Amino acid sequence: MKLTLDPQDLAFREEVRAFFREQVPAATRRTLVEGRHVSKDQMVEWIRILHAKGWAVPHWPAEHGGTGWDPLRQYIFLEELQRTPAPPPLPFGVNMVGPVIYTFGNAEQKARFLPRIANMDDWWCQGFSEPGAGSDLASLTTRAVRNGDRYVVNGQKTWTTFAQYANWIFCLVRTDLQVPKQRGISFLLIDMRSPGVEVRPIVTIDGGREINEVFLTDVEVPIENLVGEENKGWDYAKFLLGNERTNIARIGISKFRIDRIRELAAGQMSNGKPLLEDERFLEKLAAIEIELKALELTQLRVVTEEAKSGEKGRPSPASSILKIKGSEIQQATTDLLMRIMGVHAMPYHAEPRPGSNEANIEPADAAMVAPNYFNFRKVSIYGGSNEIQKNIIAKAVLGL
Amino acid sequence: MDFDLSEEQAILKQSVERMLERHALPRGGRELWRDISDMGLTALPFPENLGGLGGSSVETMIVMEAFGRALVLEPYVPSVILGGACLMHGASLQLRDAFIPGVVDGSLKLALATAEIGSGFSQTAIETRAIESAGGFVVTGRKCVVLGGDEADWVVVSARTGGGAGDETGVTLFIVNAASEGVTRQLYRTQDNQGAAEISFDGVHVTREHIIGAIGGGMSVLSRAVDTGIAALCAEAVGVMSRMHEMTLDYIKQRKQFGAPLGANQALQHRAAEMFIALEQARSMAIYAAIMVAEEDAGNRGRGIHAAKAEIGRAGRLIGEQAVQLHGGIGMTSEYPLGKYYKRMTMIDLTFGDADHHLAELARKGAMVGLL
Ligand SMILES: Cc1cc2nc3c(=O)[nH]c(=O)nc-3n(C[C@H](O)[C@H](O)[C@H](O)COP(=O)(O)OP(=O)(O)OC[C@H]3O[C@@H](n4cnc5c(N)ncnc54)[C@H](O)[C@@H]3O)c2cc1C
Repeated sequence: MKLTLDPQDLAFREEVRAFFREQVPAATRRTLVEGRHVSKDQMVEWIRILHAKGWAVPHWPAEHGGTGWDPLRQYIFLEELQRTPAPPPLPFGVNMVGPVIYTFGNAEQKARFLPRIANMDDWWCQGFSEPGAGSDLASLTTRAVRNGDRYVVNGQKTWTTFAQYANWIFCLVRTDLQVPKQRGISFLLIDMRSPGVEVRPIVTIDGGREINEVFLTDVEVPIENLVGEENKGWDYAKFLLGNERTNIARIGISKFRIDRIRELAAGQMSNGKPLLEDERFLEKLAAIEIELKALELTQLRVVTEEAKSGEKGRPSPASSILKIKGSEIQQATTDLLMRIMGVHAMPYHAEPRPGSNEANIEPADAAMVAPNYFNFRKVSIYGGSNEIQKNIIAKAVLGL
Repeated sequence: MDFDLSEEQAILKQSVERMLERHALPRGGRELWRDISDMGLTALPFPENLGGLGGSSVETMIVMEAFGRALVLEPYVPSVILGGACLMHGASLQLRDAFIPGVVDGSLKLALATAEIGSGFSQTAIETRAIESAGGFVVTGRKCVVLGGDEADWVVVSARTGGGAGDETGVTLFIVNAASEGVTRQLYRTQDNQGAAEISFDGVHVTREHIIGAIGGGMSVLSRAVDTGIAALCAEAVGVMSRMHEMTLDYIKQRKQFGAPLGANQALQHRAAEMFIALEQARSMAIYAAIMVAEEDAGNRGRGIHAAKAEIGRAGRLIGEQAVQLHGGIGMTSEYPLGKYYKRMTMIDLTFGDADHHLAELARKGAMVGLL
């Protein structure tokens, strides 16, 4: 039993830390520190920097550009990246559709899509959820009807993150109405530029523009864009969602946010002294830090177990714990960050209009704390809501 | 003991609700303000000899709960409740005669400017200064997040005339014309779409006649005004929470997943029950705040208000966060009204100190000893 890293892993951590320190563009880092969304260009720029180093898709098989790192190193890499902070690679390509393609896709699909995902030549979005199919995803009704060498797709996807930037969407579609619902679903790759694809923005409560409705009207999709077998899409989706959940603990991001909490609390006064010296504040911070430490060790137990068994990324009950606790800690940190700023969290800082010489509302550090708090309510809803995760623990782990 | 509304109070509640129904969300704007004053709500808390209706804090509670349910954006609390309380509890007769009729008929709007960068939730840790000069004082400093400060004609501002940051004494209240030379305002909306401003006072000249309360003794007026404002916000919060709870209940009864309403899941039934418990506890504490705010003993009044604001803040956070959670994706959208209530609730929590702040203050002042 030991809780320290081996010297080689420590050296590895130093190496990636130094790389991030030097290579993350300053403006991009600043954007993240301030809690703003990175732009499409910032994202692509950063992923190309990672890709040039050979680190864009570390967890992929070596033949498709993976690094061959063991799960512990992958974890160290991701944690350091998040803590810097640097933009985490967009999950839809590298964590979702990429692994589905290299696991279930055919040779042509691998050659066609994987290199473009790694270099972010394509921006992928996830077309799973529908207005009537959220937690009960298998009840989705978007239809794909085979017509010669193409499918004709009709239906509506919703909550689609960054569809406004995407040129590809991977969708779950219904291809058989006669069988139980899980068995009539297929996994289709759809070019967003196809006629009949329409994206409409949904503004979130924080005023952000990250999700969309995607309407599909008589969209023609060549059959070579079917992944794996027709009507096996639900299996691929389960595989994909398992991958999504292991990445959702975001321990590095919470560590970064705690760094930020300390930084801002040092500058806010309470009863004549910096908040960071206020005992009640420190108790609240400590309570979050304890949970985070515990979660980090839980995560590391999962990671080292994976390293030993060689079964990487297999969905396990542990991923539900990581999802629930990870999201709760993210919500606790965004909440505390807002409370530190007190009344200064209240002004709504509109995006500066181009050419505007309106002054910022001071303190500028407070600009995004309330929107980030509101926005992070999403993390207990998406990726399989926390209630659904608890159902999984209760049924699959506890046998209830 | 009697928790029932009197006949007049029941009529007040009904007519305010009816009036608000005539306006659409988001409820703000000139016409709404006119209806609010035409109904006499701007006159409500003022004594009859000044043209008011002589309503008590219970009447204010009734109005504020209705405002919360309807998500009213108009600056009723800044102008009528906070500004009004400053005038009633500290101003000279001349000042009352000069200002209250305008507040009563809605033609004049006030705001209260206390918070500063670096003051936290403290009313005394301020750096705005007022220095005596010929015939009055010269005020210099910068005030943050002045609610209603965007539309206010006159602003009640706290400044140090003596003592140092954090001292109870040495704070003086001035009522300053927002159009005075040296006053600059940066106008904006808050997260929940209320009007507000950052206000700078750059060597603003104020006459002695425009001092509210004693020189250096402004805190007794200010803390009473803030307590009055908090009691009103507690009632508003109850209205906000009750709407969020209703919307959530409706939603989980009607939305189906896995072939059954969401509300068929016991996990969600319990969640809805917890929200309901929090709402009823909060309602009790809003009533407590309305009664305690009229208490003459400043110590007991203050502790009662701390207790109420702490409870309201915690209940509001629970109900708001769970309402969003139980709605799933829909709850995250700005188009759906729930989010507006949730943001309003969160901003009420942050106004005049959040739940943690009031819990800490209550603990510091001996907790509830003598009040149980
Ligand atoms: C910001 C954001 C981004 C998203 N991005 C994407 C995306 O890119 N692509 C995509 O496909 N989807 C995306 N989603 C959708 C997300 O996966 C769904 O919101 C999620 O699956 C929940 O579905 P729902 O919103 O329909 O809520 P519902 O399923 O209607 O659930 C509402 C509430 O009921 C609870 N509940 C449901 N069933 C049960 C049960 N059996 N027991 C107990 N509680 C239950 C839920 O936990 C939730 O609290 C995103 C969502 C958000 C908020």
